[in-house]
Amino acid sequence: MRYLLLIYTAQQLEPPSDEAAAAMSDAYTAFGDEIKARGLLLAGEALTATSSATTVQVRDGQTVTTDGPYAETKEALGGFYMIEARDLDEAIDVAAKIPGAKIGSIEIRPIFEFGATAEGASSEAIGATS
Amino acid sequence: MSPPIDPHDVVDRLFREEQGRAVATLIRVLGDFDLAEEAVQEAFVTALETWPSRGIPDNPGAWITTTARNRAIDRLRRRKRLAEKAELLGREVAIEAELAAVDPEASIDSEADVSPIADDRLRLIFTCCHPALAMDARVALTLRTLGGLSTPEIARAFLVPEVTLAQRLVRAKRKIRDAGIPYRVPPDHDLPERLNGVLRVLYLVFNEGYGASSGDRLIRRELCTEAIRLARVLLDLMPDEPEAIGLLALMLLHDARRDARTGPDGELVLLEDQDRDRWNRERIDEGRELLERALRMRRVGPMQLQAAIAAVHDDAETPADTDWQEIAGLYAALRRIEPSPIVELNRAVAVAMATGPDVGLRLVDALVESGELDSYPYLHAARADLLRRLGRSSEAASAYERARDLTTNAAERAFLDGRLAEVTPA
Repeated sequence: MRYLLLIYTAQQLEPPSDEAAAAMSDAYTAFGDEIKARGLLLAGEALTATSSATTVQVRDGQTVTTDGPYAETKEALGGFYMIEARDLDEAIDVAAKIPGAKIGSIEIRPIFEFGATAEGASSEAIGATS
Repeated sequence: MSPPIDPHDVVDRLFREEQGRAVATLIRVLGDFDLAEEAVQEAFVTALETWPSRGIPDNPGAWITTTARNRAIDRLRRRKRLAEKAELLGREVAIEAELAAVDPEASIDSEADVSPIADDRLRLIFTCCHPALAMDARVALTLRTLGGLSTPEIARAFLVPEVTLAQRLVRAKRKIRDAGIPYRVPPDHDLPERLNGVLRVLYLVFNEGYGASSGDRLIRRELCTEAIRLARVLLDLMPDEPEAIGLLALMLLHDARRDARTGPDGELVLLEDQDRDRWNRERIDEGRELLERALRMRRVGPMQLQAAIAAVHDDAETPADTDWQEIAGLYAALRRIEPSPIVELNRAVAVAMATGPDVGLRLVDALVESGELDSYPYLHAARADLLRRLGRSSEAASAYERARDLTTNAAERAFLDGRLAEVTPA
């Protein structure tokens, strides 16, 4: 199954020190290498801060553009990975290894597979037959 | 001459014993919770219809599983025919695959694919108690799928409308499917944590039945019985886990006092006032044996410690014989493993019994100050009791009042009212 792992962390008011930034970057590189080696990585990106976010809505044919993220919360989406995992347990295992899990939260969302069949499901997960 | 066996009785007993096993096997074979449950139900209905005339088969459990498997195949075939009519080719491919997996050509005698694999039920236990499910969903799913409890029974036990409980079950099954919650025993590195999760679910079921915060007494007894039965199943499947043994011991050592815990009108009887001759010796002996077996494995945990505390109580022939020093020590050990204000409250009560109410009161007052248990009736009841023993009646009275206003249990409220009257000057 494919899962999207959304990394939510508190917004930093101050930029981190060079050392901290380097350590974080190393940790993410190591994590990325590991899941690549395990053949689980499909995609993964870091996002710029929410101060650069723009929200767009179309209402009655009018495009309304506003500054900032859709929902103003303490923790913001800072990056994501898309992985291919056997089941939720493997996805949890991977999520727990994301460096951001130590300071923030990782939300695991299964990808909705259109036209999924029993063969598409992992043999050990409960397949969709109904 | 033994009386003739009534097939209805056999089916009733078998339902409790075998439905979890049959559902677990069918889920593995079919990969679908609902289909497995429906098929097993149908098989039991068929048993009720045919056994009285044709006699009870030699291996009723295997008969149920095989019949259920065949019912499921019928259903899949019907779905396939519908799919053909509607020309839903994608679905057909899926259903073909399912049919291939369950080997539809196999005759009813062939039990190859439905012969139970020892850990089918174990997989199901871990799936139903998966931490990605909400606690209330884990409880409902475990009782419904592994236990023999019906949806209305579970709804009554947990005082929720039947519709709510049914939705909870539907949502839980949907999440299992959509989120890819696996149907297998967790790997070794996850096992200790996941097993603890399973034990917590079973203990919660037991406590709901034992604690009787309100509700139907018969159903609550059923919950305890079911929790004990499932703990035995777990122990059967994982005989070398000391905490699993500890949980069963804990339940048995508490359940042994069940009959002595309530008076003729359903009122609560405190441990110190219970008629100890009414304690169930068989349960105590079994609980103690299990506890000793667990402790010999030298991997102590919260369940074993709580069982040890229950065993110390059960050991005392009279309340005065209770080894409170030992109990206080066990609570201190429990606090080190699993710190919680409730454990600390219990330790305070044991210390008060071992060394005197003034020492206990100091510990309880520290808890009151932390404010963590402010709405917990037992904190105020324990404090009231210590104040009463110290002769500080008016303070005791206000603490009893606070406890009485917080409890939701009628038997407890009546008890606290009695104590309140005792410390209130006439």
